[in-house]
Amino acid sequence: MIQLDNVTKRFPGGQEAISELSLTVERGEMVFVTGHSGAGKSTLLRLIALIERPTSGQVVVDNQNTRFVKRRKIPAYRRQIGMVFQDHRLLYDRPVFDNVALPLIIAGIHHRDAERRVRAALDQVGLLHKEKQNPQTLSAGEQQRVGIARAIVTRPKLLIADEPTGNLDPDLSLEVMRIFRRFNEVGVTLLIASHDISLIDRLGCRRIALEDGRLQQDIDPWQ
Amino acid sequence: MAVTRHSDAVAPVSTPGAFSIWLNRHASTSLGALGRLSRQPFASLMIVLVIGVTLALPAAINVLVKNAQSVSGSWSSALDFSVYLKRDLSVSAAEELGQLIGQRADVESVVLVTADEALVEFKQQSGFGKALDQLGNNPLPHTLIVRPSPGNTGASITLLQEEIGNLPETDLVQVDTEWVQRFHAILDIVRQTIAIGSALLGIAIIVIIGNTIRLDIENRREEIEVTKLIGASNAFVRRPFLWTGFWYGLLGGTFALLLVQYGLHLLKGPVTRLAGLYQGNITVISLSVAESSAIIGVAVFLGLFASWITAARHMQRIEPR
Repeated sequence: MIQLDNVTKRFPGGQEAISELSLTVERGEMVFVTGHSGAGKSTLLRLIALIERPTSGQVVVDNQNTRFVKRRKIPAYRRQIGMVFQDHRLLYDRPVFDNVALPLIIAGIHHRDAERRVRAALDQVGLLHKEKQNPQTLSAGEQQRVGIARAIVTRPKLLIADEPTGNLDPDLSLEVMRIFRRFNEVGVTLLIASHDISLIDRLGCRRIALEDGRLQQDIDPWQ
Repeated sequence: MAVTRHSDAVAPVSTPGAFSIWLNRHASTSLGALGRLSRQPFASLMIVLVIGVTLALPAAINVLVKNAQSVSGSWSSALDFSVYLKRDLSVSAAEELGQLIGQRADVESVVLVTADEALVEFKQQSGFGKALDQLGNNPLPHTLIVRPSPGNTGASITLLQEEIGNLPETDLVQVDTEWVQRFHAILDIVRQTIAIGSALLGIAIIVIIGNTIRLDIENRREEIEVTKLIGASNAFVRRPFLWTGFWYGLLGGTFALLLVQYGLHLLKGPVTRLAGLYQGNITVISLSVAESSAIIGVAVFLGLFASWITAARHMQRIEPR
């Protein structure tokens, strides 16, 4: 699903966020990326989402070499990927329902289908009863679940999450991870950046540790 | 031979036509933009007022000029000029010349006043009857009174007068209605001024709407970034701003139209009274349907154009972080 081939990302200042990184994530895997802040976790996810382009090397996502995705085609590319952010990045000028519906509106899905899908997504994160509320009135955990619902409402094959539990207490974090786990069980590939190692260990998933932009460890408890 | 491929559809979704999707999107985006305007009624109203007043100004002057033209058109008799023929010309030659001139396209009619008729008239009107009787022969020439056809401009009337003046039979062309020509020349200048002024005001409207849209874009930066992050194209992000521009234009144009119509309504009373005093039939000409739609059309175009260039410039710059 994701293949990085000797990827380096150097920023204009000269510092390298990712250095000669190669890794593969298979279809249907649930993989955590760990490391200190500045280790390159976010940059890795940003390269996959085409928010950044690699300085050298290749990033292949779902058999598409991102190097050949033209600027105009980036929106269509991003629509195939679900994205969850640490700060949720919800829009506070509209209710929960509209936030979750946004990717469907962008994709041009018909209103009736959209409504059904939004409800299904909200149901999956357990927030169906809060669809009319403004996200501001929700707790941090609930807001993150709205963000997740928005990421999965288009039923992407790949979901990437940058520190999705960064602002949550352990109980809420576990709940969010359980939701991710359920998506994984129905075939969604997940790549989650997190520094919460104790939580990751409890989940027993493959863990890729980055340090200074290089691969430090790749632990897969299943192998 | 079009084969539609449902490339691994993510869900068993009924696929409505592309046009229906497009229409649906635009309908909801346009209503959304209108809703956004109505949520800040004061700011929106100010902009609509500015656009309305800015557009009403040239439109109103245009209507004034049109009215002035129609009034001056009824002064066509005032455009008559007299052609004094050479004294040795016979009556029949004068008649012939009168018919010849009368056939011109730019001449409506020609009336011949023979020397004898002129003398009789002069005797009656001047009170010099006795003195004139003393004269052995008639000192007056034959005269042609030429009325130009209504289609003439100031310049073409001057040309007509020159051409007739150059005829060998002509002694003198006397124009006693130069002020009408001057009036037409002034109208020409006013019309030019409106054209220039309208262009400048159009630019002003573009700047006003453009600046408003720019502020709007800045205010919604976060929203733009997030929507781009989850796969919105530039066109998608631009759409609500185009609709905002459209609504500003439509509302501003409508307001301009109302202003002009109301102004004309206010003028109707005084003009009718004036017409009554002159026993003339002057009526206020208001805007035709075509002109009304032109005002609104121009306003909508300016709104769309302004929002388009502004959104195109800023949308490229706002990329998700």
